[in-house]
Amino acid sequence: MKLAVWTYEGPPHVGAMRVATAMTDLHFVLHAPQGDTYADLLFTMIERRDHRPPVTYTTFQARDLGSDTADLFKTACREAYDRFKPQALIVGASCTAELIQDDPGGMAETMDLPVPVIPLELPSYQRKENFGADETFFQITRALARPCEKTPRPSVNLIGATALGFRHRDDITELTGLLLDMGIAVNVTAPMGANPTDIARLGAAHANVLMYPETGESACRWMERELGLPFTKTVPIGVGATRDFVAELAQFLNIPAQLDETRLRLPWYSASVDSTYLTGKRVFVFGDGTHVKAAARIARDEMGFEVVGLGCYNRETARDIRATAKEFGVDALITDDYLEVEERIEALAPEMILGTQMERHIGKRLGIPCAVISAPVHVQDFPARYSPQMGIEGANVIFDTWVHPLVMGLEEHLLHMFRDDFEFHDAAGASHHGGKSVPRSAQSDAADETGSMPGADAAPVTGTGTGTGTGSDVVTWLACAERELKKIPFFVRGKARRNTEKFAADQGLQEISVDTLYEAKAHYAR
Amino acid sequence: MNDLAPLPATGCRDVPVLRERGQREVFCGLTGIIWLHRKMQDAFFLVVGSRTCAHLLQSAAGVMIFAEPRFGTAILEETDLAGMADAQDELDREVDRLLARRPDIKQLFLVGSCPSEVIKLDLAKAAERMTVRHAPQVRVINYSGSGIETTFTQGEDACLAAMVPVLPQTQARELLLVGALPDVVEQQAVGLLEAMGIGPIRVLPAPRKQDELGVGPNTVFALTQPFLGDTHAALERRGAKHIAAPFPFGEEGTTAWLRAIASEFGVASDLFDQVTAAPRARARKAVAQAAEFLTGKSVFFFPDSQLEIPLARFLTRECGMTAIEVGTPYLHRDLMAPDMDMMVQGPVFSEGQDVDLQLHRCHAARPDLTVCGLGLANPLEAAGLTTKWAIELVFTPVHFYEQAGDLAGLFSRPIRRRSLLKLDAAQPPAARAEARR
Repeated sequence: MKLAVWTYEGPPHVGAMRVATAMTDLHFVLHAPQGDTYADLLFTMIERRDHRPPVTYTTFQARDLGSDTADLFKTACREAYDRFKPQALIVGASCTAELIQDDPGGMAETMDLPVPVIPLELPSYQRKENFGADETFFQITRALARPCEKTPRPSVNLIGATALGFRHRDDITELTGLLLDMGIAVNVTAPMGANPTDIARLGAAHANVLMYPETGESACRWMERELGLPFTKTVPIGVGATRDFVAELAQFLNIPAQLDETRLRLPWYSASVDSTYLTGKRVFVFGDGTHVKAAARIARDEMGFEVVGLGCYNRETARDIRATAKEFGVDALITDDYLEVEERIEALAPEMILGTQMERHIGKRLGIPCAVISAPVHVQDFPARYSPQMGIEGANVIFDTWVHPLVMGLEEHLLHMFRDDFEFHDAAGASHHGGKSVPRSAQSDAADETGSMPGADAAPVTGTGTGTGTGSDVVTWLACAERELKKIPFFVRGKARRNTEKFAADQGLQEISVDTLYEAKAHYAR
Repeated sequence: MNDLAPLPATGCRDVPVLRERGQREVFCGLTGIIWLHRKMQDAFFLVVGSRTCAHLLQSAAGVMIFAEPRFGTAILEETDLAGMADAQDELDREVDRLLARRPDIKQLFLVGSCPSEVIKLDLAKAAERMTVRHAPQVRVINYSGSGIETTFTQGEDACLAAMVPVLPQTQARELLLVGALPDVVEQQAVGLLEAMGIGPIRVLPAPRKQDELGVGPNTVFALTQPFLGDTHAALERRGAKHIAAPFPFGEEGTTAWLRAIASEFGVASDLFDQVTAAPRARARKAVAQAAEFLTGKSVFFFPDSQLEIPLARFLTRECGMTAIEVGTPYLHRDLMAPDMDMMVQGPVFSEGQDVDLQLHRCHAARPDLTVCGLGLANPLEAAGLTTKWAIELVFTPVHFYEQAGDLAGLFSRPIRRRSLLKLDAAQPPAARAEARR
C-alpha cells in the first residue's frame, strides 16, 4: 500500500484506451464498474475530442457481483459489436474487474464474433498507463500484422503516437514532412490514425520510426523480430537528435542523409547575443524518459544551460535515464512520487524546471519558472496552433517555449541596476507575463526567496543544506547576510544561496556573513 | 398560500418511470471528496483503492488543486491483495504516518472504493480500531464511495450518513440544515431563517469537528440537496423530523423551502413576507433576465447528480422551458414528491441509464439544451447540440434567492454563446462542414 496524492500515470486500462481512441474501426470492451467511465472525459475534455472514445464499459454494480457479471460482459461485448461494427475488438478488465476474475478474453473468444478479438492482460496492481498503451499496441500488432510485400519505394511506419500524448498530433505532421523531404513515404502511422487493416500491412514498410518508446517499443521489437523491420533508436527532438535521426534512417534505407534546414532557427537564436543571458542557467529536467533524455541534451548542447538534475517517473526507462544522468554527472531521480520530486527541486534550487504539469505547480509554489516538456497532459498541452516537439519546427517551438518563462536578457540587467525601484523590482515578475504588478512592500520581500518557506525572514536562518552536501554542515546565515541576499534578484537568489552555503561548508565555516557571501560570489565567478 | 404560481392539477408524482440498466456514463461517489474536503476544514479523506481512484480524483477536479490537498489514495498493490491481515497492517502504517505529518487533522474518513469492496477489506473495523488508537485527537469514520454502490453525489450522502450515528445526543429543539453548501450560500440561508426568528440553526457537515452539533427527537431538519436519501434515513433513525419541501433552487423553490421551515416554526406570514419580499423580487428579476434566452426552448437531462428533477422543475416553471427527458441516476420518490407535484406532466422521467439508447433518444429529440456529463458534452456539441456540463451545477453556488439568476445563467450561457459565435465567412463558402474539418 502506498499513499499517493497526485499521480503521473493512470492505470494500465487508460493506456489501452489511449491506443483504442487513437485508432479507428477498433472497439474496446472494458469490464469495469460505472465510475471508471470518468476516463472518457480525459479524451473529450483535455484533448477536446469530438467523439466519445470507442469504449464500452460493462458498468457492473454491487448487486451484479457473484451472479451475472460474466453475462453482463458477454452482453456488452455482443451489443458493442452489433452497434459499432468494428474491424477488431480488444477486451480487457480494469482494476476492479481484475479482482473478480471473469476472464474477459476467454469469454469473448467463445462468442464467435466475426472479427478478431484481442484479449489484453492489464495488471492494474503492478503496472501503469504507459505499460498499458505499449502492451495494447503490441498485442494488436502481434494479432494482426503479417509479413507482406515491401513497398517499391522506401517507406517507414511512424510508431507510438496515441491519444492524450504530448504533442503527438503535431509530431506526426512534422515527421511526415521531414520524411517526404528525404524521399521516404509513410506506410502506416500507428496507433494514431490507423485501423486494423492498416495494422495488417505494417510489414510493407522498410523500417519503423519509433517516435515514443513509452508506447511503441514492444511492438517495434516484435516487428523487428517477426517482420524484419529495423527501428530507429534516436527520438528526433532537438537539433542534434534530429540530425542523428536522419543519419540513422538514411543508413537503414541506404539513401543519402538530407535534412532541409531552411526553417531551422534554434541554432542562430541560441548563438545570437541576446541569448547570452541563458548561459549556464541551472535547470532541472523531469518527465517521461524519452522527453527527459531529449530535453537534457537540448538544454546542455543547444541552449547552453547547466543540467543540475534529471529524472523520470516511468520505471521502464530508468536504465536509460540513469545512463543519461551519469553522462551529465548528476544523480538520476527515478520516482512517481511527486513529493520526492518537489523535495529534490527544493534542494537543488534550479533557476528553471523543464518538467510536466506537476512540476509546473511545484515551480509555482517555489517561485521557479517552468516549461512543460512531457506528459501527463493538461488541456494547455493541446494548443490550437501547430506546435510539434520533433524535427525542425519542434526545435524552434522548444526554443520559444523554454525561453518564455524566463526574465529576458536586458530586463535581467535592469533588475540588477534598479533593484530598489518600487515598481520595477524582481517580485513583480517578468514584464512579458500577465498578472498584476505588485508594489514592493515589506511583506513581499519577506515572502521571497524561493517562496518556499514562509517565515524564513526570521534571522539568523539555518542553511537549507546543499542537498548533495557532506551532511556535517549546518551553516547559519547572519541577519545582515540574509538581508544582502535579498538584494539579489529572485531568479539568481536560489543559486546564490546554494553556492554560498556550499562555499561556507567547504571552508568549514559555521556562519555566513556579508563577506562570506561576496567571497563565494568571487569564488564561483564565471 | 400565494407563494407559488398555480400548481398543475395532476403533477408528476405518480408518473411511470423509464427504468434502464445498461451502460452508465457517470462518476462514482469518490468524486464528492473534491468538494467535501474543502467544506470540512479539519478532515482528511483517505481513499483505500487503486491507481484508478487516484487518477479519477485528479482528473475529476478538472484542475489539480495543488494547495496540499486534504485527500489522498492508499493505493492497493499486488502484495496487499495476497492477505487481508497485511492490508490492515499496511493501512495502520499509512494512517499513522499521515496523522504524524498532518497534526491538524481531526477527522479522518476512510473511504471505500470498488477494489476495497470487492476484496471485502473491512474498513468499518479499521475505523473503529483507529478511532480507539487515535482518540481523542482524531475521529475515524468509514464510508464507501465505490462505483459499484454509489453514483457521483451519493458519495456525499454516504459520507454524511456515516457521520450521523456518531453525532452526540441532544434534547434541544434545533433546526439542522443538511448538505454541503458553499459558505456564502449557507450564510444567506441561515441569515434569512434567523431573520424570521428561527434558531438555533446547525449545519451538517460542520466546517470543523469542534463546531459539532447534536441530534435527537427534537431536532428538525431540512435537506438542501436532493441526493441525501441515506442521510435522511439515518437522521430519522436518530429521531429527528424531516421537513418535506421542494428543493431551494430558483425563487419559487427557495420560497417553498423557506415556507415549509417557517410553518414548522410557526412564523407569522407577514414576518415571512417581510423577510423574503426583497430577495424574492431580486431573484425574480435576475431569473427573468436569463430566462429571456430560455423561454420556449427544450431541455434534455442525462442522469448525473440527482439534481435533475428539481432543476427541471425550476427550468420549466420559472424559465419557460419544456423538459423532454429528465434522467436521474436514482429516483428517491419521497424526497422528490414535492418537486414532482409542481411539474406539468409530459417529460419522460428515466432512472438509471443505457447510455447508447439514451444518446439515440437525445439525437432524435434534438433538444435546444442538453445537460450531461463531461464525457458526453463535446461529442454532442460536435453533433450540433448545445450542452451544459452537469458537474458545474454541483461546483457552483446555485441555491437560494441570490444565486437564482446565476443558476438560470448557467443554462442560458451555452445558448447565448452559440448565438454569438459567427464562424462562417460573410460570403457563404462552398461547404461549411468541410471548412470546419
